[in-house]
Amino acid sequence: MTGADVLLLALGAVAVGAGALVVTTRHLVRAGLYLVVCLGALAGVYLVLAAELVAWVQVLIYVGAVVVLLLFAVMLTRAPIGASDDLDRPGWPAALIGGGAGLGLAALLVDAYRWTRVDLPTPGTAERLGEQVFRTWVLPFEVLSVLLLSALVGAVVLSRPDIGRRPADGRGPARADNQGWGAKDRAGGRP
Amino acid sequence: MRPVVPYVTAALLFGLGVYGVLRRRNAVLVLMAVELMLNAVNLILVTADATVRAALPHAGQVFALFVIVLAAAEIGVGLAIVLQLYRLRASVAVDEVPLTEPPAGPPAEQAGRATTTGEVTR
Repeated sequence: MTGADVLLLALGAVAVGAGALVVTTRHLVRAGLYLVVCLGALAGVYLVLAAELVAWVQVLIYVGAVVVLLLFAVMLTRAPIGASDDLDRPGWPAALIGGGAGLGLAALLVDAYRWTRVDLPTPGTAERLGEQVFRTWVLPFEVLSVLLLSALVGAVVLSRPDIGRRPADGRGPARADNQGWGAKDRAGGRP
Repeated sequence: MRPVVPYVTAALLFGLGVYGVLRRRNAVLVLMAVELMLNAVNLILVTADATVRAALPHAGQVFALFVIVLAAAEIGVGLAIVLQLYRLRASVAVDEVPLTEPPAGPPAEQAGRATTTGEVTR
């Protein structure tokens, strides 16, 4: 057990504990805040694993942007501030499948790696990763930019009901506020 | 560095994410559980980058960056869908969403059919 192992164990325990609280807490806002703890601990794990750039991108994008977006969604859907009882389904199947997936994967990985030790790799600094991204992986990088653009356009179209509104086309007098949901439903439900 | 520690952490986080997706009714909490699963995959990628000697250096970390970008795009579109759902139904409970196409007709008929055929399960 070296110092890196102790750090990995501690940060991993924090991440798993906070993740368990995310999926079990009965306060919506607290779930978002536990998610911050979990993602922050994972950023620490990345730092220990010498993935500097990934760790800081994790802090920037996940802790900074994604959690803020999630908390915005919690507030915009007028979630109750206190504990709410209707957040969960009765879930023995969920516990069975989730526990089976987690423990099964853990058993598989323990069996694969045992207690071997490897040396820490060269640090993944921004310079090295940038060299890889813009040399080897430049085509996926560009495709990813197209995907981001299409996701942006898709989010704008979804959140504006006045875009793509159809005139009444013989499907009956659909209500104006129902139009966006119906169009999405038809598009998604068609095989 | 023992690679089994972050690997087991990632496996447990993935299991927690699966549990959350299946257990939660609130759509925002389902998205949070999806984030947990994506982070577990990221941790697997970064740990594999540290342990497996590949031909291309740092391929795992580059893939982790790509997955982070994909997660950002996913959360944007997902929250747009959730907010639209809330605007239409004043609720974000995922098990109240009708998965079949609503019948074309006046709203009263829709409500009647939904309750009689049991499409809306509470």
